[in-house]
Amino acid sequence: MRKLALSDEILMKVEKPARYIGGEVNAVMKQKEQVQVRFAMCFPDVYEIGMSHLGIQILYDMLNQFEDVWCERVYSPWVDLDQVMRKENIPLFALESQDPIKEFDFLGITIQYEMCYTNILQVLDLSRIPLLSKERGEDDPIVIGGGPCTYNPEPISDFFDLFYIGEGETRYRSLLDLYKECKAQGLGRKEFLKKAADIPGMYVPSFYDVAYHADGTIKQRIPLEEGIPETIAKELVEDVTDTYYPHKPVVPFIKVTQDRVVLEIQRGCIRGCRFCQAGQLYRPVRERDAKMLKSCAVEMLKNTGHEEISLSSLSSSDYSQLPELLDFLIENCGRDKVNISLPSLRIDAFSLDVMNKVQDVKKSSLTFAPEAGSQRLRNVINKGLTEEVILEGARLAFEGGWKRVKLYFMLGLPMETKEDIEGIGDLCNKIAAVFYETVPKEKRTGRVQIVASTSFFVPKPFTPFQWAPQCTKEEFLDKAYFTRTNISSQLNQKSIKYNWHEADISVLEGVFARGDRRLNQVILKAYEMGCMYDAWSEYYKNDLWLSAFEQCGVDPAFYSARERGEDEIFPWDFLDCGVTKEFLLREWHHAKEEAVTPNCRKQCNHCGAARFKTGVCMEKRER
Amino acid sequence: MKVRVKFSKYGPVKFVGHLDIMHYFQKAVRRAGIDIAYSEGFSPHQIMSFASPLSVGHTSEGEYFDMEVRSFTDEEDMLKKLGQVMVEGIDVLQVRILDKGEGNAMASVAAAAYLVAFSDKLSLPANWDKELISFYQQTHIEVVKKTKKGQKEIDLKESIYQLEVRGDTVYMLVDAGSGSNIKPEFVMETFFGQLGVMLPEYPFRIHRIETYKRREDGQLVPLIA
Repeated sequence: MRKLALSDEILMKVEKPARYIGGEVNAVMKQKEQVQVRFAMCFPDVYEIGMSHLGIQILYDMLNQFEDVWCERVYSPWVDLDQVMRKENIPLFALESQDPIKEFDFLGITIQYEMCYTNILQVLDLSRIPLLSKERGEDDPIVIGGGPCTYNPEPISDFFDLFYIGEGETRYRSLLDLYKECKAQGLGRKEFLKKAADIPGMYVPSFYDVAYHADGTIKQRIPLEEGIPETIAKELVEDVTDTYYPHKPVVPFIKVTQDRVVLEIQRGCIRGCRFCQAGQLYRPVRERDAKMLKSCAVEMLKNTGHEEISLSSLSSSDYSQLPELLDFLIENCGRDKVNISLPSLRIDAFSLDVMNKVQDVKKSSLTFAPEAGSQRLRNVINKGLTEEVILEGARLAFEGGWKRVKLYFMLGLPMETKEDIEGIGDLCNKIAAVFYETVPKEKRTGRVQIVASTSFFVPKPFTPFQWAPQCTKEEFLDKAYFTRTNISSQLNQKSIKYNWHEADISVLEGVFARGDRRLNQVILKAYEMGCMYDAWSEYYKNDLWLSAFEQCGVDPAFYSARERGEDEIFPWDFLDCGVTKEFLLREWHHAKEEAVTPNCRKQCNHCGAARFKTGVCMEKRER
Repeated sequence: MKVRVKFSKYGPVKFVGHLDIMHYFQKAVRRAGIDIAYSEGFSPHQIMSFASPLSVGHTSEGEYFDMEVRSFTDEEDMLKKLGQVMVEGIDVLQVRILDKGEGNAMASVAAAAYLVAFSDKLSLPANWDKELISFYQQTHIEVVKKTKKGQKEIDLKESIYQLEVRGDTVYMLVDAGSGSNIKPEFVMETFFGQLGVMLPEYPFRIHRIETYKRREDGQLVPLIA
């Protein structure tokens, strides 16, 4: 029987103790004496969030397939346990063995959103690993970061020994072999990192310095070691069918956010929406073969017992083998009452027909993501969704029995005008009108429900909008207020509900997204002052953050509100995500001209990703 | 066809709550490939009913649930199939086909037997064992029980069918019927309250030994007799 790191008294005291006990179905147990590398894989947020992340499941499965490696999981202790651990001096532990993280060879941290940065420090701190890479000794684990936020790792460069840039499936084997080799030769941390920097995709931040101009922009990057690469290219899985995919994902005891089998049908997106970072980072789009997905689906359902399977991708409708895959799932999941959930699906006759077969029409609502209220602004952001298509989708949906529609918009997009915001209310109103036109009075059961949500736009690195200024908190709130007023002036306003996000979190996210190394001290200061779980609005402390910026003499507006010059060197320019800066600049100009760029399947726009020689770049095009 | 399953719960999984254990078995039944029946209607769910919830932190070797199956091989085979998909800390002990007309697990529960052990932090008086016997020998034990609707006065003695010292632990057989259920910690708190002993946080470790139904002749027998 496994012995737990926490006493019964503590576990009885904290909320949801099952977060900390491990031992779930399909959790991997090994003998620690029989492995050579112990890897702690961390998602720096609470268990229910971390357990819902597909990337960690893929890497956990892959690393545990290596016989010489034992990969375990660790998440942020919730605030109640955090306090107990600090008070009683209990070190953070991994779920499987319940051993302290400090004893591990690697601590891998996936960095999915900027607002988890203070939780990274929490995990290091509770593990008793020095927060700063330069203060770590030979007994400390190698702290390695991965995930989308590492495409600008500079704001957190002091806290990591190593960053893995790109998709995790490709280089861990060589990295771990190198580690074993260095250990056998008695080489230290620094020598290991020096050699690791030669492996494609690996970035060792401490080997570089940055010089700044008087105006605060970057002058140049200065390599501090000989022979280290000037630019680091992202890693990419060329064949997404013949690769690692977990057949036995861990099944949590408690309800988590994503409580289902997740089938990643493709990676990347052909669409090229100009605000979307994922759409650029994961280029070129690569599809998994339907045959592989079918067998994965069957295996995963059998091994987990989940009652739902979800197809995951940035735009499922663009997956060319979708009808075949869905037919198979509908046929094979029916008897066991497995639900099929289809997020990111374009609403049209085909998808409605599928949803009719797999979902409970009465309960479900349909989601559209126009992102902007007017066609003009949708052209600016290159969102190829027209009002005609939305209204036709809504009409079909209402005919099919749906009466709840969710709409997602962004406020504060570049070049946004008052008219664009008015377009939000207008579109909601038109959709409501479609309902009353389509559904005869005697068939109506209650009012149509339209829920419009707006988020505040955050410019991200490696997007055409990386040059754009972000709105201030006041501007954001004015826009949200205007949206609300406009919606309540609509004829069908009683059918429309409006939600908006908090503005100050979006502004801070914008600062981190395009920040540089000078933010390390601010994040450290804010953590020391008590900031943690910033992604959770009830724990977000804006006043502490503002005070941390002030104490460090760093102006957040420099990173968010400033329009960047076209020749400015960005903190992330030394990374090569496959898409060239020239392409992004071209797209920035197109945006200003309100010009639409066709999707990758229609036409190659020479973004640079073709050099990977895979996916859509190798397909024959219509012209 | 209805099937009753008996299982145990021990070790770290004692921190998994009752609802989550229900979800655990819903998934386990699918992993085991058991041909469970589903309810009709818009959102079909597995036809499954659990006997008596076990509090978080308690262990047990006498947990039960019933399920309706569409087809069935035999008890042995189902025991094996379920056993193969369990986690450490949950063992399937018995599988039994129910006779037609047998009441469901939840409605059948009449009593439960527990072993209560004491935390090191609880300083027991030297003669606590004798005191427990005299506590149980009282003709009435008037107490105020908190219910969902508020408080009500009851005679606890009527709900305790057996209470005795077993080594360092206390054995008790108490009413576990829905609505009249008595928690073992409530009995112990009442006892130590009468003794005037201050209790620390989490003073007891509680283990359920068995869950009982009442036979027509009035006898208490395990849910799988």
